Amino acid sequence: MTSLIAIVLLPFLGAVVNGILSFSNSKRAVTFTALATTGGSLVIALYTIWRYLTELSPQPIEYVLYKWLEKPLEIQISFLLDPLSAIMLFVVTFVGFFIHLYSTGYMSDDEGYGRYFAYLNLFMGMMLLLILGSNLLVTFIGWEGVGLCSYLLIGFYYKQDEPPRASMKAFVVNRIGDFAFLIAIFISFAHFATLEYREILNAIATNQQLQDTVYIFGLTLPALLALLLFIAATGKSAQLPLYVWLPDAMAGPTPVSALIHAATMVTAGVYLLTRTNLLFQLSPNILKLVTLISVATAFMAASIAIAQRDIKKVLAYSTVSQLGYMFLAAGVGAFVVSIFHLFTHAFFKALLFLGSGSVIHAMEGEQDIYKMGGLKQHLPHTYITFLIGTLAIAGFPPLAGFFSKDAILAYTYDHSKAIYFIGLITAGLTSFYMFRMFILTFHGEFRGTEEQRKHLHESPPSMTLPLWILAIGSAFVGFIGKIPFTHYDLFGKILSPVIVKLEEKAVHHDVLHEVLLITLSVVAALLGLVAAKVLYSQGPTGDERLKSIITAPLYTLLKGKYFVDELYTFVIVTPLRTTANILWRFVDQLIIDGTLHLAAGIVQLISALGSFTTTGNLRNYMLYFVIGIILLIAYTVG
Amino acid sequence: MSVVGFSHYFFLGLILFSIGALGALTRRNGITIFLSIELMLNSVNLILVSYASTNGNLAGQILVFFMFAIAAAEAAVGLAFFIAIYKHRRTINIDRLTFLRW
Repeated sequence: MTSLIAIVLLPFLGAVVNGILSFSNSKRAVTFTALATTGGSLVIALYTIWRYLTELSPQPIEYVLYKWLEKPLEIQISFLLDPLSAIMLFVVTFVGFFIHLYSTGYMSDDEGYGRYFAYLNLFMGMMLLLILGSNLLVTFIGWEGVGLCSYLLIGFYYKQDEPPRASMKAFVVNRIGDFAFLIAIFISFAHFATLEYREILNAIATNQQLQDTVYIFGLTLPALLALLLFIAATGKSAQLPLYVWLPDAMAGPTPVSALIHAATMVTAGVYLLTRTNLLFQLSPNILKLVTLISVATAFMAASIAIAQRDIKKVLAYSTVSQLGYMFLAAGVGAFVVSIFHLFTHAFFKALLFLGSGSVIHAMEGEQDIYKMGGLKQHLPHTYITFLIGTLAIAGFPPLAGFFSKDAILAYTYDHSKAIYFIGLITAGLTSFYMFRMFILTFHGEFRGTEEQRKHLHESPPSMTLPLWILAIGSAFVGFIGKIPFTHYDLFGKILSPVIVKLEEKAVHHDVLHEVLLITLSVVAALLGLVAAKVLYSQGPTGDERLKSIITAPLYTLLKGKYFVDELYTFVIVTPLRTTANILWRFVDQLIIDGTLHLAAGIVQLISALGSFTTTGNLRNYMLYFVIGIILLIAYTVG
Repeated sequence: MSVVGFSHYFFLGLILFSIGALGALTRRNGITIFLSIELMLNSVNLILVSYASTNGNLAGQILVFFMFAIAAAEAAVGLAFFIAIYKHRRTINIDRLTFLRW
């Protein structure tokens, strides 16, 4: 499968060429390079996926590019094409290409145009490396690479104050997760002398003793690896307790938020869990942890989102919440559904972010939904596509979000009723905050300045075309998953070779149960919609009424994002900074520098004394000379 | 009065040398210092030639001529040097020519 190499290398080539072009001022050359490389990558990927998935029984295909290191640390740079990576490949190249297209419109006035596309192409290459890597290390290279690109792109507007700070935060928080990933790599190598996914999973699957013996801290080896990989995933995929970087990451350009912080990079954790699903299925305790953390994340992020004013912050918390849903599906053992939600979410969340970008573009950079309103007639394309995205994420049938979210809730219902109800409430909250934002942005009276009103305009076709493509995707991709009341499940069929089936636990609810579950999710979504409509039809004053309904302290708590950032600042950042300050002021400056300065000072003092003899006066020098000779003679004679 | 011998020349040389050394150490005028140094050099020449003459050594007496030649060359360089300094600094007072100090 040589085409895999072309798919991965084309974006890298684009990154290099754009990096060079960024020194010239040729925007057309940059646009051409960016679109040609990602477009070429998309076409080849589509062809490859089509050829692969239409085979009768697709076997995993491994393509070894070259051997990096020889035994004993045998590592090869190799790609793996199986149904899972094929689906991810589709998401990344498809959404990636259209976001590139959108960016050519959105960033057209930016002076860093070439630099932007160099980073964005580099990101595409790294992301493809991540999903196509056939071993932990290649995935890890991609994992770090996308982290780097995320850092570069969050801090893209480096002249302002906020973006560099946010990019630093994202990088540091991600490093915590990466650290667990590295340990997982070390442990796998120490035990299996290989980093290939298939070899590791095979070795574990065939070794009963390994599955039963406690390895460390009461965990078996598979459980330990699962835990470490999950910690890595909480960093990259913004789950509790490491989700704090994602909302701040919105400081970057909006298409970046759509591509990296909604559709692709943040889903890498879900991909990793599914790739190593055997480890998780062998360790029920870790799965329980995944379930608890994910449901807590989903609920918490959704509740924060209802009180935010920044259009991108609402979407960011929504992303965290939806990622929580994906992990929830993984936690209850439904990895197929987890990837299915990743798939549908990539469409509607990218669509929503691009739509918000279109709004921000029209509003001259304004992100506060209190200052918007009534944009419906000015931005008709954005309005309709945004409506489709909102309906999709809220879970209204028959849009994409309905199928995936309903499937997640159905599996969760089988697993635990309590968690199901939290998930259901979260679905209602999702609908509520999305429609709150939607109504405040597009309906009612325009609340911005007169200048902004004059500036309002629909975005150029390069931006509305991706919106429409993604809107069509958000509307229809749901049908490739499991259709309720039938056994038709294309997505599950495609993915089934990747998911290890230790025991048969497919849900076969009776029709009554199924009707009940679907009704409940639709009612939750409808309640959210109605509540938002009632509260916000008169504009932002709805927040006051919301405050009086849920009581002021709770509202403050939500608006303050549960004060988690403040908590982290108090518990981690401040002590660290204080310790660092003490080390700096006392150990470094006083002790280490002091010793050096003392030694240097002594030498300096001696030389200062000596330098008194250097008067520059010739007669003094002659005197020293005479004295010297006299002493010399006295010495020879005496 | 006894015959003038080596010791007379030697002491004359010693006295001349001391005068020269004292002059070099105490005077401020660059030319005067230079003259004093010449005096020291020639006092040594005197001692050398008288010693060579006493011992009947021709080589020592010829050596003195070379030293004259060198002293002349040195005097030429030295004077040119002081003239150059004077042009720049309008003085050849050694106490004020301390600009080579750190």
